[in-house]
Amino acid sequence: MDDVFKALADASRRSLLDRLHAKNGQTLNELCEGLAMTRQAVTKHLVILEEANLVTTYRHGREKLHYLNPVPIHQIGERWIKKFERGKLTALSELKRQLEKRDE
Amino acid sequence: MSKPEFIYVTYIETTPEELWQALTDGDFTERYWFSHRVASDWSVGSDYRFTLEGENRLEGKVLISDPPRKLAYTWKGCAEEYRRERVSRVTFDLEPRGEIVKLTLTHDNLDEAGVTLRGISEGWPMVLASLKSLLENGQILGIPRPIAAQEAIRA
Repeated sequence: MDDVFKALADASRRSLLDRLHAKNGQTLNELCEGLAMTRQAVTKHLVILEEANLVTTYRHGREKLHYLNPVPIHQIGERWIKKFERGKLTALSELKRQLEKRDE
Repeated sequence: MSKPEFIYVTYIETTPEELWQALTDGDFTERYWFSHRVASDWSVGSDYRFTLEGENRLEGKVLISDPPRKLAYTWKGCAEEYRRERVSRVTFDLEPRGEIVKLTLTHDNLDEAGVTLRGISEGWPMVLASLKSLLENGQILGIPRPIAAQEAIRA
């Protein structure tokens, strides 16, 4: 679980996860597009994310695709959030989302 | 083959046999899959179905059944909102790695921007996290009895 917290404690790595959340299954080239990071930096961040099991890779023909794997994040929730609280939290985050959408 | 839409991986301290049972036995799924019970004979070509309080929720056909290594089935929600959705496909790969098992779940052949896609992207991580907790801790989120109460029961 330390790996997960360390991996998430970096804004560049979180932005890579955001990009995969927006579009799953990207190649390294796609992930580098439009980023202010060097290819080497992206590669390094991806290794850390993979080691934390937050990113999964898959070989598709000649391409190596990167997938967001949010299971460890849910594992954190599973550890500290009880089942009966989950319904309420889902309702609250939905309410927050709706209200924020209205403000846009 | 088109590229899969989702690949989820979790590492679980268990055996492939136990994990296989957890994926295919209704008494197990009911405990971690938010009260959904699965039923099937798990032979290739057979139907399987997930029910919630007796109501059909999910169904499909078994595509691959190679215990305790690989399980694949088609996936279709039973509710009205899924009626126009394409039948998608779920594959579980179980790989023993010493004391742990690497479970890889691939969900593909999904409708882009469909209701199934939205549902599973929230659902699978929760189901897998819950499955891991059940297998590693014996039960999910159970509140242990106070020791005094346990001793009272034993006495």
